[in-house]
Amino acid sequence: MTARALINVPRKAKRGDVIEIKTLISHVMESGFRTGTNGKTIPRDIITSFACTYNGEEIFATQFYPAVAANPFVTFYTIATDNGTLAFTWIGDNGFEVTQEAKIVVE
Amino acid sequence: MTCSRKSRRDVLKAASAVALFPLPAIAQGRGPRVVVIGGGFAGATAARFLKRVDAKIDVTLVSDNATFIACPFSNHVVAGLRDMEAQRFGYGKVAADGVTLAFSAAQAVDTDKRSVRLADGKALPYDRLILAPGIDIDWKGLRGYDEKAAAVMPHAWKAGEQTLLLRRQLEAMEDGGKVVMSSPATLVRCPTAIYERASLIAYYLKTKKPRSKLLILDAKDTFSQRRNFQNAWKELYPTQLEWISLSQGGNVSSVEVSTRTFVTDFDNFDADVANVIPPQKAGAIAQAAGVADRTGWCPVEPISFESQLVPGIHVIGDAAMTGAMPKAAFAANAQAKVCAVAVAALLRGGKPAEPRLINTCYSFVAPDYGISFAEVFKPGNGMLVDVEGAGGSSATDAPPETRRLEAQYAEGWFKAIITEVFG
Repeated sequence: MTARALINVPRKAKRGDVIEIKTLISHVMESGFRTGTNGKTIPRDIITSFACTYNGEEIFATQFYPAVAANPFVTFYTIATDNGTLAFTWIGDNGFEVTQEAKIVVE
Repeated sequence: MTCSRKSRRDVLKAASAVALFPLPAIAQGRGPRVVVIGGGFAGATAARFLKRVDAKIDVTLVSDNATFIACPFSNHVVAGLRDMEAQRFGYGKVAADGVTLAFSAAQAVDTDKRSVRLADGKALPYDRLILAPGIDIDWKGLRGYDEKAAAVMPHAWKAGEQTLLLRRQLEAMEDGGKVVMSSPATLVRCPTAIYERASLIAYYLKTKKPRSKLLILDAKDTFSQRRNFQNAWKELYPTQLEWISLSQGGNVSSVEVSTRTFVTDFDNFDADVANVIPPQKAGAIAQAAGVADRTGWCPVEPISFESQLVPGIHVIGDAAMTGAMPKAAFAANAQAKVCAVAVAALLRGGKPAEPRLINTCYSFVAPDYGISFAEVFKPGNGMLVDVEGAGGSSATDAPPETRRLEAQYAEGWFKAIITEVFG
């Protein structure tokens, strides 16, 4: 399954600035509690965790549970410390894993 | 038969009790007075039907303007397919039914004295009041979008000058330009019309400015008739029209008027022509009368459309919160008839009967390509709910002939409703 993730990281920031980061990933988030038209339970299919690293160091991580709605939108803040790469990873049921990166220039 | 003194006293008590109640007014020797505020599909229908149900009722219709401009088919005006003149209607036939007309803005309602104050200073006393004020734009609902902004980035969601402004902007745009529309997450008047407008603008671009593009930034992931619209878009406007849904980052969080920019959480979209469908709320008089709640809309009883907040005031049409029933012209027309019969019954001291209401919405994806859906509603859980198994929508695999016929039916529908309300 290919999922498209949207990421908003400022292209440039001053060292020490608090920057806002926004992410949105397309995913059904099937709770595992619903019954399909055939009378059988629809298997759970959710994203279970999300993490962000900044030049390899984890700066934000969270876990998701069945009550989270489809297409989770996560926004958080960090401090711009250095030039480099932010990497975002979503992991979920059925071997779901997506990683995307964004660059930032810190002056 | 005996007639004791006690029973005579009881009769006298009962008589004085009647005199203490303001209703029914018929007992006081004149017809009861109903004031209807708002001269659109809901208000004009309610005024006429009240007279039809009981000619003795003294009905006054209050409207801001002596000419009504209809929203259905105004997307055709935007796309240059129809003259604005075809959207204008007068109240001559409404007056001929015995309805008194007052062309002035309603400014305040005194719910204790049961009286409406108009902008021209006149006071209109009522026994029951029907509010049908339609929508107002919620100018606080989208950052950067106020009345001045609407002169640059028109909403065209209340038919009139705004409709013509959007049309002129499209006409002035060079071939190769970019049109951007935004659609909010909240309740709006005629939600399907957003996608009809996108379709007809795409038709205009395809036929007149084929190198141009239209982008819809949507705060929702789905909408009524989505599959029918998307199939048609793929077939008719593969290069002209692009829909960006919520999960693709379509939620617009603010606009920048000076550059006609739509700001989303993930990107900025600059437009040559910008059409903002803004957040909306019930018309101003609903707020002034205290019948609107925190949502901006008016909760009503589903049988009589009487306000849940202020007794003696009924709210119909787009301003009312009616559960499953969409804010649409046909829905307003249906609610108005139910409300008129209920108000007449209440004025007689009777009890309104439980109604069934129908709504049908037609949409054009091209001038000769129509789609539709119909629904039936009944009171349930204090609002209106869908009658399961009733209604339906155009088949997703219907042949072109069916689409062409549905476009004709849509025109027939408009003629029929206009004839009933204004003809």
